Amino acid sequence: MSLVPLMILPLLGAIGVAVFPGRRAKWIALGVSTATFLYSVVLAMAFDHWHDGGFAFASDPPVGWLDEFGITLNMGADSVSMFLVLLTTLLMPLCIWGSFTAIRERIKEYFAWMLGIEAAMIGVFIARDLIFFYVCFEFTLIPMYFLIAIWGSTNRAKACIKFFLFTFTGSMVALAGFLYIAWQHAALPGGEWTFDIARLTTFAATGLSATEQAWVLLALMTGFAVKVPLFPVHTWLPLAHTEAPTAGSVILAAVLLKLGTYGLFRFVLPMVPEAVVEYAPVIAVISIIGILYAGLICWVQEDIKRLIAYSSVSHLGFCVLGLFALNPLGVQGSVLYMINHGLSTGALFFLVGMIYERYHTREMSKLGGLAKRMPVWAFFMVFFVLASVGLPGLNGFISEFLCLIGAFTASADNAAYPGVLGPWYAAAAALGMIIAAMYLLIMTGKVVFGPLKEPAATNNSHGAKLPADLTFREIGVLVPLAVLCLYIGFQPKPLTDALEGPITQVLAVYPETVRQHLAENAPAIDELDRVILTMTETDSDRNKGADDG
Amino acid sequence: MADKLWFLIPEIWLFVGVVVVSVMGLSRRKMFRDLLPLVVCVFLVGAFIITPLLYSEQRISAAGLLMPMLGKYVKMLVCAIGVILTMLSVGLIDRDLEASMSAGRTRFDPIRVNRGEYFSFFMLSIIGVMLVCNANDLIWLFLALELTSLPTYIMVAISRPSRKAQEAAVKYFFLGAMSAAMFLYGFALLYGATGEIELTKLRDVFAAQAAAGGLNRVAIVGLILTVMGISFKMAVVPMHFYAADVYEGAASPVTAFLAFVPKTAGAVALILILSTVGWSGHYGNGAHGLPREILTALWIMAVLTMTLGNIGALLQRSAKRMLAYSSIAHSGYILIGLIAGPPHGLNAVLFYLLAYGVMNTAAFAVLASFERKGEEIESLADLAGLRHRYPVMAVAMALAAGSLIGFPPLLGFAGKLYLFIAGVDAGHIALIVIAGVNSAISAFYYLWLVGLPILAQSTPQSETVVARPVVWPRVAAIVTAIGVVILPLFAQSLLKASQAVTVERETTALDVTVAPDQPEQPTSP
Repeated sequence: MSLVPLMILPLLGAIGVAVFPGRRAKWIALGVSTATFLYSVVLAMAFDHWHDGGFAFASDPPVGWLDEFGITLNMGADSVSMFLVLLTTLLMPLCIWGSFTAIRERIKEYFAWMLGIEAAMIGVFIARDLIFFYVCFEFTLIPMYFLIAIWGSTNRAKACIKFFLFTFTGSMVALAGFLYIAWQHAALPGGEWTFDIARLTTFAATGLSATEQAWVLLALMTGFAVKVPLFPVHTWLPLAHTEAPTAGSVILAAVLLKLGTYGLFRFVLPMVPEAVVEYAPVIAVISIIGILYAGLICWVQEDIKRLIAYSSVSHLGFCVLGLFALNPLGVQGSVLYMINHGLSTGALFFLVGMIYERYHTREMSKLGGLAKRMPVWAFFMVFFVLASVGLPGLNGFISEFLCLIGAFTASADNAAYPGVLGPWYAAAAALGMIIAAMYLLIMTGKVVFGPLKEPAATNNSHGAKLPADLTFREIGVLVPLAVLCLYIGFQPKPLTDALEGPITQVLAVYPETVRQHLAENAPAIDELDRVILTMTETDSDRNKGADDG
Repeated sequence: MADKLWFLIPEIWLFVGVVVVSVMGLSRRKMFRDLLPLVVCVFLVGAFIITPLLYSEQRISAAGLLMPMLGKYVKMLVCAIGVILTMLSVGLIDRDLEASMSAGRTRFDPIRVNRGEYFSFFMLSIIGVMLVCNANDLIWLFLALELTSLPTYIMVAISRPSRKAQEAAVKYFFLGAMSAAMFLYGFALLYGATGEIELTKLRDVFAAQAAAGGLNRVAIVGLILTVMGISFKMAVVPMHFYAADVYEGAASPVTAFLAFVPKTAGAVALILILSTVGWSGHYGNGAHGLPREILTALWIMAVLTMTLGNIGALLQRSAKRMLAYSSIAHSGYILIGLIAGPPHGLNAVLFYLLAYGVMNTAAFAVLASFERKGEEIESLADLAGLRHRYPVMAVAMALAAGSLIGFPPLLGFAGKLYLFIAGVDAGHIALIVIAGVNSAISAFYYLWLVGLPILAQSTPQSETVVARPVVWPRVAAIVTAIGVVILPLFAQSLLKASQAVTVERETTALDVTVAPDQPEQPTSP
């Protein structure tokens, strides 16, 4: 088995769509993406490292590109990659199927870009070479840029440029960080240029000094934090989400944001452990600010799509918090969160898109009581909102809970995996869960229930001839996502078990590093304690003296 | 000496071409005059084929050049890009005159036709670049550089019948003369400091001086003046002032020529000059790098060139001026490779010249393919909605711009990656971060070149833009755009080709090579 077809199929599909007549484009795209999905399922069945965290399907022999610098096109997948690849390949046919009626112009280009972005996203998850990873990581920008710029709504020009520039700037800095690691590796006595992820990871974790690690952490965080997005650099996301076509938003939320957290998981955690331990509290605080701040912004949104976009910022804060808890619970929760957020938020964007196709508005004030008009839609809306809020029994709960437990137990006195966060971090983040419940339920209450309110005479003005409630096609798009949400909600065990292997490997260095870090910082606390102690002693002495006197 | 002559065969062959072309341009028969570009291409392709055949081991060792293999790569490069540039120039010169002659309004007058002269100068300038590679003494280097530049002044002036072109030519000429004076003065100082004019001997003297405690002060001043003067050819800050006006004033095909041919000559000349000093032996602790003064100068120039070039481009509304500033910025990236030096820097420069030649020519080729009422288009707004009428050209422009950004997986990315790796390898992390930020800034304005043709709607203004009657500029645009996509797949072999050529001949005097893998070295001045 080989991973190559996962990228080649969509690429060939994109060319096929561009070549064949426009009427067939959507069917070719749907066929190709479904084939890719089926192939990835077959790969998942053949995958035999579900429990040990090893890499399968490695390119053998390595495929060189620039041998001079050891740049290759090597691929390989561990269970984290497998899950994210499955998420991508599952969502793509749904996105393509879901946009059959919404896209009315430049159809061929649209489906070609959809397949192009699929190839790039899969490439990110299966790359085993830094430069190959970077190429795919960057290339996802191009299709997204065009998806927003051509098929977006009114403010699209600003949105696509902002999206492009933010992400491109960030990843240029991340590239500098990667080059620095590779250079340090090459500068070793007898070292050579390589961009092999496994080799560089092993090297960076031990070969770089604490200061170097801090700089590399800064560089990589600049790249990935923009993509996640974390608090101060999140401003491109609401705009891009709101302006993108439905399928674009789904891809953006479900997979593209995960490229950032995947980068944190794959590179930042294992490559620069010392710096991570040093700065984990800072990053955790930033994520918590993001959780709360974005949550509060959601509360006052009038535009449903923008609300869900901001909720992504808030939710991914949990994801990052879980990663920097530096214990298996937190990281498991975080990786699971990547998948769950993809399913539930992806579905929410689909649902908003379906409303927009019918009413051409996303304003909460203009919509209301849609449960009366569209009972099936309302059912799914409530279902996915609950999944997103974190109702126990649905998928969101388990991952959010794990992230919080991870952060909660990431204190110095945790025996197996001491951490640098602690209950306070978890408590602050948990506030975000409450806020999330409020804004999502308020939105649901306004739009789904209450007296019926719909913009007059806009239904079907698009010429799409859509019935009042969902069509078979639209239900077909939502059902797989709903089934998965339910399944993961009840049976997270197989997933968490499968994630254990790679996560243990990533975290292997941490207990020791954290202990060292704590030990180094402990004397300072002792010093302070002693000063306080002497002060109190002097005080008590003085008091004693006073008493005596 | 006779061995050196072998390497001049491509130049001699092209010089025959110059004579043929200038005579053919005076022919009464319109057919002959129209065949001129084809003849130019034939000679260029001939030179392209001859060049690699000449480089045998025995001749290389007998030639006594500093970098004997340099010519092989550079000559083939300029010939290949030269063919593309010739395509751009088809139908450019004497357009109105030819039209009125075929309409019978004017009679043929050998005084008034310029096409032959134009293509002769075109080839002479290319011969100049080729001679730069063969240079082994300062006089030769000076003559070769001037042979590259002098024809371009005239090409700018006759490229289109407008005052702007003449103004541009005059500006270019005077500033060019100033820069020539500058590096000639630098050469004089170098001679004064070393008593040598041959590059190989200069290198030996410098090596001896470095080993004895540092370069002569006069030599340092001479080197900096030389570098500054030559950097005029590359449009490096602070010698960049002419670029925007001259590039705007000249017709697009000539602008494409100016952005590539003199720049290549400058980069190759700098490679040679800096190689005489060498990137090793200047620091006692075994670290390598240029002498500190020259490093500082080049470092500041690189940062300023990248930054001012990109910021300048950001402010433009004219596509040509924007590309002019962007070409300044690209010179800044090239300087990174020169600062880094061996083992990767010089190869990265040569590889980047190839990438830049292809992608920049692609962008100019698209501009050169269009006109409005016989006037070439200049403003960015003219490109709006190009896709509606010329979808292929719009895609070509988008590909060229994407590659100029350095976007993976296009050719520009491979070039930039190589330069960045070379820079990091030499320890210039700060420089690479600045270059990375600059790439991000450049994305700002290159995105217009992607967005306007492909995404924007046509405007009444842009709808009056039509393709030029000749098809060749469009062919050139398509060929180079395909190159931008395809060439990265062959990056490996192209890299190998560029690596083979910067091998220096063994030093004859004391050996000054220092172990190259020392990480401790100045990252900034």
